[in-house]
Amino acid sequence: MSAPDIRDGGAVDAYTAAQTAQDAAVGHQSRNFRLWRGADGVGELRDYTTETNDGMVVLDAVQQIQAEQANDLAVRWNCKAGKCGSCSAEINGKPKLMCMTRLDDLPLGEPVTVEPMRAFPHVRDLVTDVSWNFRVKPRITPFTPRAPDAPDGTWRIDQHDVDRVQEFRKCIECFLCQDVCHVLRDHHLHEEFVGPRYLVYAAALEMHPLDTADRTTELKEQFGIGYCNITKCCTAVCPEHITITDNAIIPLKERVVDRYYDPLAALVRLVRGPRRKTGDGNG
Amino acid sequence: MLEYQAVDHDVLVIGAGGAGLRAAIEAAASGVSVGVVCKSLLGKAHTVMAEGGVAAALGNVDDRDSWRVHFADTMRGGQYVNNWRMAELHAKEAPARVRELEAWGALFDRTADGRILQRNFGGHRYPRLAHVGDRTGLEMIRTLQDHGIHRGIDVHMECTVLTLLRDGDRIAGAFAYDRERGRFRLFRARAVIVATGGIGRAYSITSNSWEYTGDGHALAYLAGAALQDMEFVQFHPTGMIWPPSVRGILVTEGVRGEGGVLRNRDGKRFMFDNVPDNYKPQTADSEEEGWRYTQGDKDARRPPELLTRDHVARMIVREVKEGRGSPHGGVYLDISWIKERLPNAAEHIRRKLPSMYHQFMQLAGIDITKEAMEIGPTTHYIMGGIRVDGDSQMSTVAGLFACGECAAGLHGANRLGGNSLSDLLVFGQRAGAYAARYAREQPPVHVDAGEVDDAARRALAPFENPAGGEGPYQVQESLQTTMQNHVGIVRTQHEMERALTELEALRRRAERVVVPGNREFNPGWHTALDLRHLLIVSEAITRSALARRESRGGHFRDDYPEKDPAFGTINFVTRRGAGGAMELEPAPIPPVPAELESIIKEMQT
Repeated sequence: MSAPDIRDGGAVDAYTAAQTAQDAAVGHQSRNFRLWRGADGVGELRDYTTETNDGMVVLDAVQQIQAEQANDLAVRWNCKAGKCGSCSAEINGKPKLMCMTRLDDLPLGEPVTVEPMRAFPHVRDLVTDVSWNFRVKPRITPFTPRAPDAPDGTWRIDQHDVDRVQEFRKCIECFLCQDVCHVLRDHHLHEEFVGPRYLVYAAALEMHPLDTADRTTELKEQFGIGYCNITKCCTAVCPEHITITDNAIIPLKERVVDRYYDPLAALVRLVRGPRRKTGDGNG
Repeated sequence: MLEYQAVDHDVLVIGAGGAGLRAAIEAAASGVSVGVVCKSLLGKAHTVMAEGGVAAALGNVDDRDSWRVHFADTMRGGQYVNNWRMAELHAKEAPARVRELEAWGALFDRTADGRILQRNFGGHRYPRLAHVGDRTGLEMIRTLQDHGIHRGIDVHMECTVLTLLRDGDRIAGAFAYDRERGRFRLFRARAVIVATGGIGRAYSITSNSWEYTGDGHALAYLAGAALQDMEFVQFHPTGMIWPPSVRGILVTEGVRGEGGVLRNRDGKRFMFDNVPDNYKPQTADSEEEGWRYTQGDKDARRPPELLTRDHVARMIVREVKEGRGSPHGGVYLDISWIKERLPNAAEHIRRKLPSMYHQFMQLAGIDITKEAMEIGPTTHYIMGGIRVDGDSQMSTVAGLFACGECAAGLHGANRLGGNSLSDLLVFGQRAGAYAARYAREQPPVHVDAGEVDDAARRALAPFENPAGGEGPYQVQESLQTTMQNHVGIVRTQHEMERALTELEALRRRAERVVVPGNREFNPGWHTALDLRHLLIVSEAITRSALARRESRGGHFRDDYPEKDPAFGTINFVTRRGAGGAMELEPAPIPPVPAELESIIKEMQT
């Protein structure tokens, strides 16, 4: 016989029973939450108390409150594992993913405050209208590969070149960097500045080993890279730990500077024609 | 008079995971107008969670690989109740679909000579999974998303379909609501592609997010389409189990592909204890050989940890049941041990499995480079779904297509890891091409206003039901408990009959649920509306599982623990009967053509 014998005969299979038993064994504790409730920017922080247990994250508590006390509490979430970037919020004033913020990492004796992201128009409760971000992306010159390296239409790429852009490609589009960026959050320059997320996106394309497009002009003229004054707030909140400012924005700024403000480079360009971009991150 | 906005497309795609996006890109490329509706924001679908890789017989790491081996592996993994035509097309076309992704900007890990690197995975004879670390799904969905936004496709984000509409016998569109304001939207379309993913939310322990309520399955079923193989649910062997709040979150099979081993409480590698006969010739008989396999030794056979998911999940359940489980009711998955074999093992683990490292560090306080993980099975995937034509992906309703997880056939009784990402590329492309072709040949559609009004009224009922009724979350939780306890990894006739009775009671409870608030971004309302779909897929799973009186693949019957050849030639098909009740019948599997049969035979050695 090939199948292992796992017959139970009981009402609940052994594995499920073992899992259920764990719930009883874990430490419980009542905790207070202050959740922002309201619509279209009008509302208030409302108090809730719910039972929490070891290892719970903020999203667990919010969902529990939603299921037990406030069925219509608006909140976005999907994967609950830090991979989709849906549950962004401001927890105790700090931009974070609700699914990756453990309650035992937050100060015990005080309520946990959860508010919607501030940089985007409010919809309801913890949900904001992030559609602006989705309108920005198509404005960036798309991936433009060089001709294939092999007759069968494939490319040869060094693992080193793959590794170098991984940092930018792991972005989960949670928009916390957009939320915390003062150019967007405080100065509302959404029309002139694309924000850290899309500078990371542009960097990922610019440093893609196969890409041949040149985005230097649009970065300066349309995407407002000059507005970034390197406060590094975006880097500080990135849940994927992307070194946004140092590794993405500053190299892009250097390209812009080389192009627009370096007289020697301008002269070389004049003589040799426009710079042909290489896969190298530093141009 | 009900108000709604009307939108016209030639092809409407429901779902924006890998399958839906690939279908939309293909349809748009042929010049028809394409709309995509998705329950969440673009790029958040479950494809993003796929970790291990995409299976395609590129032969970059082992040139003995070919579509023939991939085909045979898929059929063996599916215990031969697969739609063999789909298995054939999938194996043949996956390499081209993967290369195409690279041309669209996806970056996969590389071999030493710069080609796409491939890794080992359960049930695949050779290293076959193109991957990038353990975030292949993110790379794929982002590539499709970023390519798709430049193709003139209209995307309707956070929009949920309530019902499909028909014009006589053919599909005519869909009626939906937007989450943000709760306004209704009518989509008229000559062809509709359903690509809504899975049903994981029918169970308590699942790797799936709130979205996976079997919408596509239920919408197609209600529109008259047949479902098949609904008894085959995949319980992935390795989900997180501790702390309780993370229970069910996926731990990639890639951990085992990189050399991770399963041990019980006594430190024993129990997977060596029971290797199914049909896998014995290709399974290592020592720990040493298994290790060599994971490190690329072509003469070594794979370790038993890389047997198919159905088998590994049952072996874990057995260890727990017989008292050899870990403290929190699972077993240990250990990758840290490779430090005995590799210099810089910790760095290697962090590079090959970065999101696993991050996930355990952050959520469980476990450093996987130093300690073993505790894991146990989690509801992950449904092999069954909408019955489709293998070539065109058209369902039994004219103009209604299905692809990806919500379509049935490719995986038979058990899906191999990595075959899902390739499935959605291959059949997303096919569904898109055939739907566009179909749409171009069709005259404009007419939508029945009465049908639309009915759907709208039914959707608003939870606001109008008599006060004092139950909330939707309690009903959803009861349904999940019913399915987890009675139609889970181990099934019996008695338990499943009990589930049917409970589901009937749940249906009545669902009809009376009350939600507070208004239509604007109201998850309580959304949950209430999803219940209808969850109930349909739960009933289809249970009825099909009752009918299959044998154990095969993801379906294990306590009362029929053996495989029965009589069931090896049929699929169970469920459809809505004339009176509205669910009907089930066996459908014979067409004979495998001689050419494919000879491949299966040849590879059995």
